[in-house]
Amino acid sequence: MIEVRQLSKAFGAQKVLADVNLRIESGESVAIIGRSGGGKSVLLKHIIALLQPDAGDVLIDGESIVRMNERQLLRIREKFGMVFQGAALFDSMSVAENVAFPLVRKKKKYTAGEIEKRVAQALEMVDLPGTQKKNPAELSGGMRKRVGLARAIVYEPQILLYDEPTTGLDPIVSDSIDKLIIRVRDHFKVTSVVVTHDMRSARRVGNRVLMLHEKKIYANAAPEEFFASQDPIVRQFIDGVADPQEAIF
Amino acid sequence: MKFLAGSWVGDWLTGLGRIAALAVEATVSLLTLKVSWRDLLYQIYFIGIKSQSVVIITGGFTGMVLGVSAYIQFHKIKMDTATLAVVGVSMCDELGPVLTALMVAGRVGAAIAAEIGTMRVTEQIDALRTLATHPVDYLVVPRLLASTLALPLLTIESITIGIGASYLVGVYLLGIDPVYSWYNMLKYTGNIDLIFGLIKAFVYGGIIALIGCYKGMSCSVGAQGVGRATTEAVVYSSITILITNFFLTLILQRVATMGL
Repeated sequence: MIEVRQLSKAFGAQKVLADVNLRIESGESVAIIGRSGGGKSVLLKHIIALLQPDAGDVLIDGESIVRMNERQLLRIREKFGMVFQGAALFDSMSVAENVAFPLVRKKKKYTAGEIEKRVAQALEMVDLPGTQKKNPAELSGGMRKRVGLARAIVYEPQILLYDEPTTGLDPIVSDSIDKLIIRVRDHFKVTSVVVTHDMRSARRVGNRVLMLHEKKIYANAAPEEFFASQDPIVRQFIDGVADPQEAIF
Repeated sequence: MKFLAGSWVGDWLTGLGRIAALAVEATVSLLTLKVSWRDLLYQIYFIGIKSQSVVIITGGFTGMVLGVSAYIQFHKIKMDTATLAVVGVSMCDELGPVLTALMVAGRVGAAIAAEIGTMRVTEQIDALRTLATHPVDYLVVPRLLASTLALPLLTIESITIGIGASYLVGVYLLGIDPVYSWYNMLKYTGNIDLIFGLIKAFVYGGIIALIGCYKGMSCSVGAQGVGRATTEAVVYSSITILITNFFLTLILQRVATMGL
């Protein structure tokens, strides 16, 4: 279970999150939406302690992680897998080495055969069988995200975090990534937190949709309820209509 | 200490503190965790083997120039055969370790900062952290260990090439007597000179790796950030090596005097 209490974060003079409260139960799938620069990725990075809050607390399975040092966090992070916006693949390694990385670094030692088998299974799961020997530079954006997902699921974590998984991808590839997220969620029964501003993606992958607005969680509802909302701010975001004063020309 | 905040002195002290913290973290990791042999060997190859050409050229030409300069002075007082002794002591004590370290700082320090800096701006270091891997264990420790192991070996190579090149120039170009030259060199260049040089090389290896890693891990976002981190890694490593050399020489000489 993930619990965020009164979380605040500022970068210099710019406040990004203010008293954010959030609770995500085990096995739940949550989509966090909001405007670009609205603090979605910042919130996600607090959940896995890549960022430290100015105030507030983050609890993972009831354990506060904000005052833990980097070594103590290693144990907590074993519960997590994260897919980055740019995939963040290790470019000095092949696809197989990228996916095998968490297994090689685990305290529990796997044999070379076990690692090879798990890597092949993870790549098959993301529809990229036989790409073990390729380098990240040879892959398209969608393929890189799939490899990033394979690397995140190869050690079967309890919680999967996705940072804008469909950003920069064409609608067909975005659709396949959405289906993949749903397939992984259902197969591994993981808790999924998906940060996105792709409305179609949010509607499909989340059992619940949270909207960040003005540094706080503005809306929190099931997808059907959320997308039927008549709240002007929610409606404006869903319909993608800019304020007249935001017009550039 | 508020008056220091935001000033260059404050930034400098903060940077110094962070490098010290990185050194402590790396040492703790080195003592408590098993180092990956594969990563270590790759870094030794990259830092040690791939620096051969730079070190050989530096050592060789430094030895030759030093030999010629010393010969010109000694020849005036008919002490030609003292040339190689001066080269031997200078190469072992100062020039071998310092010039090798400066050349390696330029090649390896820059490469370490650029590689880790690029990993930082492309979120690869964050990815490491999410995969329950401490960046210091994975990135800093193998580089630190490889650098501190490789620098003394490269220094020995540089000293050997420097003395050898000076011998060849002295004997075959300037006509110095080979036997007396060699005898004088062995007489005046003690084991202690070589030990001093190796201690210095060990320390400089640590400085190059630590500053390179620190600059890479703390670089700001974007291509400009990586470029700046790379430049600063080379400049700060070089300056730190030169300043450290002075104090290290004083300390080692003092220790040697007390020992004698």
